[in-house]
Amino acid sequence: MVAAGAQGKRLDRRKLFGDPIMVSTIAVLLIFLLLFILYPLATLLVDSVFSRETGFTLDVFTRVLSLGRFRTAFTNTLQLGLLTGVFSTVLGLMFAYVDVYMKVRSRVMKKLFDVVSLLPVVSPPFVLSLSMILLFGRSGLITRTLLGIYDSEIYGLKGIVVVQTLTFFPVCYLMLKGLLRNIDPSLEEAARDMGATRWKVFTTVTLPLLLPGLGNAFLVTFIESVADFANPMLIGGSFDTLATTIYLQVTGAYDKVGAAAMAVVLLSLTLVLFLIQKYYLEKRTVATLTGKASRERMLIADRSVTRPLTILCTLFSAFVILMYVSVPFGALFKLWGRNYSLSWVHFEYIFKYGGIRAFRDSFLLSLIAAPITALLSMIISYLVVKKKFRSKALIEFTSMLAMAVPGTVLGVGYIRGYANGIFGTGLLQGLYGTGLILIIVFVVRSLPVGTRSGISALRQIDRSIEESAYDMGANSGRVFMTVTLPLIKDSFFSGLVTTFVRSITAISAIILLVTPKYLLITTQINEFAEKGKFGEACAYATILILIVYGSILLMNLFMKTFGTSKKIREAQKNG
Amino acid sequence: MAKISKGVRLEHISKIYRDPKTGRDFYAVRDTSLDIEPGTFVTLLGPSGCGKTTTLRMIAGFESPDEGEIFLGEEPINALTPNKRDTAMVFQSYALFPHYNVFDNVAYGLRLRKLPKAEIDERVRRILSLVEMEGMEARMTNQLSGGQQQRIALARALVVEPGVLLFDEPLSNLDAKLRVSMRTEIRRIQQTLGITAIYVTHDQSEAMSISDRIVIMNAGEIAQTGTPMQIYYHPDSAFVADFIGEANFLAAQVMGMENGLCRVSIDGREALVETARAMEVGQACQVVLRPEAILIGDKGLLPCKVELSCFMGSYQNYHVRAGDTLVKIADNCPINKKIYRVGDEAWIGFDKECAHLL
Repeated sequence: MVAAGAQGKRLDRRKLFGDPIMVSTIAVLLIFLLLFILYPLATLLVDSVFSRETGFTLDVFTRVLSLGRFRTAFTNTLQLGLLTGVFSTVLGLMFAYVDVYMKVRSRVMKKLFDVVSLLPVVSPPFVLSLSMILLFGRSGLITRTLLGIYDSEIYGLKGIVVVQTLTFFPVCYLMLKGLLRNIDPSLEEAARDMGATRWKVFTTVTLPLLLPGLGNAFLVTFIESVADFANPMLIGGSFDTLATTIYLQVTGAYDKVGAAAMAVVLLSLTLVLFLIQKYYLEKRTVATLTGKASRERMLIADRSVTRPLTILCTLFSAFVILMYVSVPFGALFKLWGRNYSLSWVHFEYIFKYGGIRAFRDSFLLSLIAAPITALLSMIISYLVVKKKFRSKALIEFTSMLAMAVPGTVLGVGYIRGYANGIFGTGLLQGLYGTGLILIIVFVVRSLPVGTRSGISALRQIDRSIEESAYDMGANSGRVFMTVTLPLIKDSFFSGLVTTFVRSITAISAIILLVTPKYLLITTQINEFAEKGKFGEACAYATILILIVYGSILLMNLFMKTFGTSKKIREAQKNG
Repeated sequence: MAKISKGVRLEHISKIYRDPKTGRDFYAVRDTSLDIEPGTFVTLLGPSGCGKTTTLRMIAGFESPDEGEIFLGEEPINALTPNKRDTAMVFQSYALFPHYNVFDNVAYGLRLRKLPKAEIDERVRRILSLVEMEGMEARMTNQLSGGQQQRIALARALVVEPGVLLFDEPLSNLDAKLRVSMRTEIRRIQQTLGITAIYVTHDQSEAMSISDRIVIMNAGEIAQTGTPMQIYYHPDSAFVADFIGEANFLAAQVMGMENGLCRVSIDGREALVETARAMEVGQACQVVLRPEAILIGDKGLLPCKVELSCFMGSYQNYHVRAGDTLVKIADNCPINKKIYRVGDEAWIGFDKECAHLL
């Protein structure tokens, strides 16, 4: 039987090689993923345990572990992740519960929820830190001007937790909303029917069903929080996390080997969490909540429940919006904290000193990265969902792995891996310090998002649609271009825009790799904010938000006009 | 059509799958050989999981056989990818391209062959008239009914003039009435074009009405091959007899052979049955009787007691108990016959030409 099975595999392989487009695509993909994801990460590991003089050694780790700075950073990081994770999950749950379970009368409320869940997507990841400083800092509008507190201290753990929670809870909200929708209402009605109070139903039915999902949301936020670089950088003050410590180790202490060892620690942390999340919790979440809601839920209309919760959510949303609104005003006020008259000085300043260049460079690099990522992720998801070949698992795992790698870690990996060429041989050394490597970082950082959306889109397409094209004589490249891609056009476009948005707002990996040859918007914001020039930082951030919002509007418009998904869904209903 | 259709030959084909739950390998198709003449309509029929679809997908090239070789005409095609094989498949879900209209769907295969535009137009037009779908060229596929989608799927497969046409349960998504009219349509088109067709279904009446030959599959192996009539009246095994139509099995013993007829004893009562097989005296055997082949009356071979009596329109349906055996009877045209009620005593018998020995 073993020998017999071999013939089928051999034939499958021969068929694969009879399709040169497929083979070369797989080869190119493998090389790309190996070179730009696995190799830099492996370099970090090798770097921290191996030196040319002494061979295998744990000296670097011993040295780094004995650094007080590192130890503090490590406990700080865990503390931060834990707090942000818990707060974001709870807040996300509250919003999701109100959205799915409550009878909300006003349409304003629904709109508010949409806005709040969209804002963190369209804003650069560290905008909230800016507004936090503007509103609650030493010369904050609320703390100083309104309340007259002169020694307000928001730098440190407190500030980061608030900012990160506000940034990440919408992710939890969206995740949990989907899960709550999948709970069959009759389960809860059965408990109610047997005499349980509403609170009892929540604690004995809803919550236990949701538990793996909550764990999932918590871990996702934990990873995001731990990997976050920009917020701790801006508002951390003396509170250093692993991500910022690694950065300072490279740029301040010029200790790249030590940074590599720290990066390995951070990477192990996120990787373990990621593996738990992906291979344990995600499956459990699906297993407990596969049931499609059999019919509409009876929404809770009881005032004593809805009123406090909706008020809480509204206040919260209003606060988030206030935070975002303060950014453009930060750019328009002459001198925040002292002179609140409107003026264009900050905008004029940034455009006089490098603004045009920053926008041009950021725009160009992100614009190049977007189609590459979108196409790559569609190809990867096509291969993963529709094809069978030996290196498939490797391709899928590697492209998803990038999700668990903090930008700072990737940045250090690229420095160690490419500054002297591959394996120190000088091969591909030319890449280092160019715009190309920035584009590659953009691609790698957005690949998992695009791939995930591509995979879920492709899973909904009947396998036989592509098979029939194949059967009629199209080779796999042709099948992909004429059938697959048109059917997942929506996913492709959203991948395009998501990559553009993520790239133009990216900072963590980029800040380690960018050379003076390129000015980027995000690094400019970071620079101005560090210097205390919040007006200029806000001016940059405002324009950036507008660009991002504009591209998302464009995408929605485009999808409405040319989108295929609606047509396909109808077709499937009829078929 | 200009092209000559091709035969298909399977030589000792096997396909092994691994059960994802137990991790054990099993044969989805086992040592299957089959010779399909050019221009014939052959149906692979069997219960779900019998390996019929796997066999079809191996012929199309979507699965690779683990043992054996497949020939299309005289050419071995094991190593060819689906797009290089001269086959065209009609899928269960139709698999029409939802982003193309009817014309583009049908023209897809022709465009791949880089034919001149005029010829593409001409051939699409001709094939659409063959499937009676003229004038629908500009429709999107989701504007078509199930039966129309089926016709377009068929047209799309036919238009490339394949050597062999493959059908994977093409009618299972249609309602009962449409299923009957579409299968007549498919048979008509296949005969008009003289194309080789391999058809997979689990619906035995579909198989009977449409095929030149039926291949009955069970648990990965071929149970019997033959014309519909051969299979119905002369099943090789209890499985085939039971799978095709309904069958009653009466335990019997061979008493002797008399010029082509076999004398058997059923419950101690003797009867003659036609058989082509040589039977040994004293051998235990089974008499296979179709429900409509059994005669119920006040006289007969075996006494029985009626347990169910039910008017079905064209026939009266009885379940009777003869000895320990439950026998199902379909008594046609009940209007001018005696109707037995539950609990009545009666006799059953049969003509020697209508019985079959196993």
